[in-house]
Amino acid sequence: MPDEADKKQAAHRALVDRVLNGEGRASPEQRARALSNQDVPAPLQALISKVATRPAQVTDADFAAAKASGLTEDQIFELVIAAAVGQSARLYEAGLAALAEATDNGKAG
Amino acid sequence: MRLDVLNRGYSPGTKLLFTVIRMFSGHPLPDAAKVVFYRPDFYGAQAKKFTHEAMRGPSAWSVADRELMAAFVSKVNECAFCVDAHTATAGQAYNDGTKVQAVLADLESAPIEAGLRATLRMLGKLTREGRLGAEDVREVLSAGVSRQQVEDALAICAAFNTTNRLADAFGFELLSPEASEAGAKYLLKRGYR
Repeated sequence: MPDEADKKQAAHRALVDRVLNGEGRASPEQRARALSNQDVPAPLQALISKVATRPAQVTDADFAAAKASGLTEDQIFELVIAAAVGQSARLYEAGLAALAEATDNGKAG
Repeated sequence: MRLDVLNRGYSPGTKLLFTVIRMFSGHPLPDAAKVVFYRPDFYGAQAKKFTHEAMRGPSAWSVADRELMAAFVSKVNECAFCVDAHTATAGQAYNDGTKVQAVLADLESAPIEAGLRATLRMLGKLTREGRLGAEDVREVLSAGVSRQQVEDALAICAAFNTTNRLADAFGFELLSPEASEAGAKYLLKRGYR
């Protein structure tokens, strides 16, 4: 049943897909780790996990540590975006799953 | 911003555009807008499409209600830049800034409809705790909100959880109240495209 929300969800999927799989300066593996906030290498771990779970606490030092590990600014740009998009995607999925359960997968409403 | 490329790494054409915008609006382009101009093929183009669809695409929620949701999610994330920008936008859209302030100060006592209140409560829980149960959604549905409206609200929640994170991580510079109002006017006229 195509509806307007599908258009929203399709646009969101396109964003996630672009950030994960499109052309970039960070490798797809690095982007996938940042997006899932899992197995992120130590120098980048503080920055990525803060972006995902407590973004207001990100500091200059977190960026300095990422740069000192040899990443370029363009790579950090991509990985921060991947972390932000990843956490938002998890929230979106959790919300839609709760909605599906609440409405017996689309019969109501 | 915390990355030099986001302050200086734009093409000559984009820099010229920033200058023109500053001349006509009287304000520098907000960092939120700059970020989507940086290598737009990586993030900006798709992000604008999704955010515009969520905030201005067809929905039973008014633009004002959607801007209030954006401000509310930003408040839960303690994202000062986005709170300012979307408080101003919601205030202009409702033509009632007091109502928006009341919601951000205390959702439970604010003068809004039960359905909108329940929806904001749900978005707050999802943003704060990272999870949501069927019972949380049932409360929203029983307050008279349709399934489609819940889906629409969840899209707004996803869009602003992304933007809030980028604002805090990259360190978007706070806007003056005048620049916030000017930005709000633009967002109501043109949206997020």
